Amino acid sequence: MHLVVCIKQVPDSAQIRVHPVTNTIMRQGVPTIINPHDLAALEEALKLCDTYGGEVTVVTMGPKMAEDALRKALTFGAHRAVLLTDRHFAGSDTLATSFALAQAIAEIGETFGTPDVVFTGKQTIDGDTAQVGPGIAKRLDLQQLTYVAKILSIDAASREITVERRAEGGSQILRTGLPCLVTMLDGADAIRRGRLDDALRAARTKVVKWSAADAGIAEPANCGLRGSPTVVKRVFAPTSREQKARQIDTTNKPLREIADGLIAAIFADQPALKHDLGFPGSTGQ
Amino acid sequence: MSTENREASSQPSGRAAMKKELPKQFQDYRNVWVFIELEHGQVHPVSIELLGEGRKLADKLGVHLAGVVIGPPGGQGTANAIADAFSYGADLSYLVESPLLAHYRNEPFTKALTDLVLANKPEILLLGATTLGRDLAGSVATTLKTGLTADCTELNVDSDGSLAATRPTFGGSLLCTIYTLKCRPQMATVRPNVMATPQRVNRPTGSIIRHDLKMLEEEIATKVLAFFSDCDSTIANLAYADVVVAGGLGLGAVQNLQLLKDLARTLGGDFGCSRPLVQKGWMPFDRQIGQTGNTIRPKLYIAAGISGAVQHRVGVEGSDLIVAINTDPNAPIFDFAHLGVVADAISFLPALTEVFTKRLEPRNLEKFVQ
Repeated sequence: MHLVVCIKQVPDSAQIRVHPVTNTIMRQGVPTIINPHDLAALEEALKLCDTYGGEVTVVTMGPKMAEDALRKALTFGAHRAVLLTDRHFAGSDTLATSFALAQAIAEIGETFGTPDVVFTGKQTIDGDTAQVGPGIAKRLDLQQLTYVAKILSIDAASREITVERRAEGGSQILRTGLPCLVTMLDGADAIRRGRLDDALRAARTKVVKWSAADAGIAEPANCGLRGSPTVVKRVFAPTSREQKARQIDTTNKPLREIADGLIAAIFADQPALKHDLGFPGSTGQ
Repeated sequence: MSTENREASSQPSGRAAMKKELPKQFQDYRNVWVFIELEHGQVHPVSIELLGEGRKLADKLGVHLAGVVIGPPGGQGTANAIADAFSYGADLSYLVESPLLAHYRNEPFTKALTDLVLANKPEILLLGATTLGRDLAGSVATTLKTGLTADCTELNVDSDGSLAATRPTFGGSLLCTIYTLKCRPQMATVRPNVMATPQRVNRPTGSIIRHDLKMLEEEIATKVLAFFSDCDSTIANLAYADVVVAGGLGLGAVQNLQLLKDLARTLGGDFGCSRPLVQKGWMPFDRQIGQTGNTIRPKLYIAAGISGAVQHRVGVEGSDLIVAINTDPNAPIFDFAHLGVVADAISFLPALTEVFTKRLEPRNLEKFVQ
């Protein structure tokens, strides 16, 4: 089985700070990580590989430094890594990104064997759009299974996959034919600890680097800024409210007294809450 | 996946100053559409919120608002959806009915919505940022090769009539306003609970335009084998709870989550957490509150040991009353909370639960006496 996993190197958004004056992201010193949802996808692909045999190819589109993310994926046990990097990709929105990645995945199929399942994380933690996975599926004409919590089974003979998908108000059990595209929810399983032999193999593995032309993109007009129908007109920090929180007095007071003060303040601010919460003395208010 | 995601760039793009130069083939795109999502025969609340927002956009543009309903024939689902569309402001409705649309599947829904767009040419198409809406919007936008802005928190119409869609980026640390130039329709998804629910308007009926789904079951590769409803499980219902109690890293240890549950139960509410706790594996993703998790709008929100990163703020600022408990008086959460307590959540939560419980007791006694 050939499993292709799309990953993205993202800034660790928990550590991002916004410059107080210029309202721009302060990137300096912010560590990069593999998008956590993509790690869930990688783990799922590696598990399928454990069960059915085969190979896992990881692919990313990004600047040269994104090779670090691919190297990390190799140490977890991925067999091959492809870095799609070209200045033509700069400024891609989700539509342009899905175009470039779909082209690269098609080229991976030609070069290393047709993928049975293409994985992505359900979304990235910096863009948060959840649009690139469905975009790739549509461009490659693959069935898409989004928000997958679990792969229940793959029938190699009939080439069918059954998954549990998170839906509004419940879970769907879906079955479709291979090849398909799966976007994984995280939280299913943590990424495995890389084994020593994987680390050794990763050290010997050369990351495949492709330009737009290498990925078979003859006309870069569909990539980057030119291929992006959306335009960012303004970036700004959320306005902070004028007033800060009214602080409950805590000086030299036992906790229960502080709690009393807080509850009184809550009901003073929102008298209707007393009724909503069913507290005594709320009738007639 | 792309590191070069421009939505996450810190600088506005150089093209931003460009005037709208819509190619000829897109110039006859008119009207605002809202996709009315049906969840097991019920209209999803986000669709009502979107009708309110869509009405405002349509009025500014001087065009019609349409509700798009896609579902199985017979039953009350699609009929109710159309009735809701009209009573919340739609001038007309598009309807695609087929037994193939009984359960959500990407393929037939994408075909139905794409065909409708190509035949009727809306200039704006809005969907809820639900699992269904995001799945569908991504496919439809890619098929139509048009722009799609995800998870908007604000929609507006520019002076030249373009849709200005504002959304959080970088996990909510920044907001950006995005335009779709040179392509139509302009598509956006909006999260549930972000826009206010509009008043019903006195517009009981309107014209209904029916379309056929030109598809056969044999052409659809994906089959729905089963559906398990959350009603039977303990899964979080944060989006609709009146009271939400949430914890962050300040809770220190996984066993302290019980303190949240105790207070939430006392107040008849639900509990959740900030993203770091989900990343630690202390709580499942469906209890995460913030930009990448649940957006909440409770009457009372109590944040315990949460520092209040902007991505968290985006998910909670619609709450009527925000109470923050944190040991750090400079924590950003105090910038947007209404009431603050500088205290250690681990010791303060039990005291708060105790005092709340005491004040509830007389009511229970009254019930007992009656």
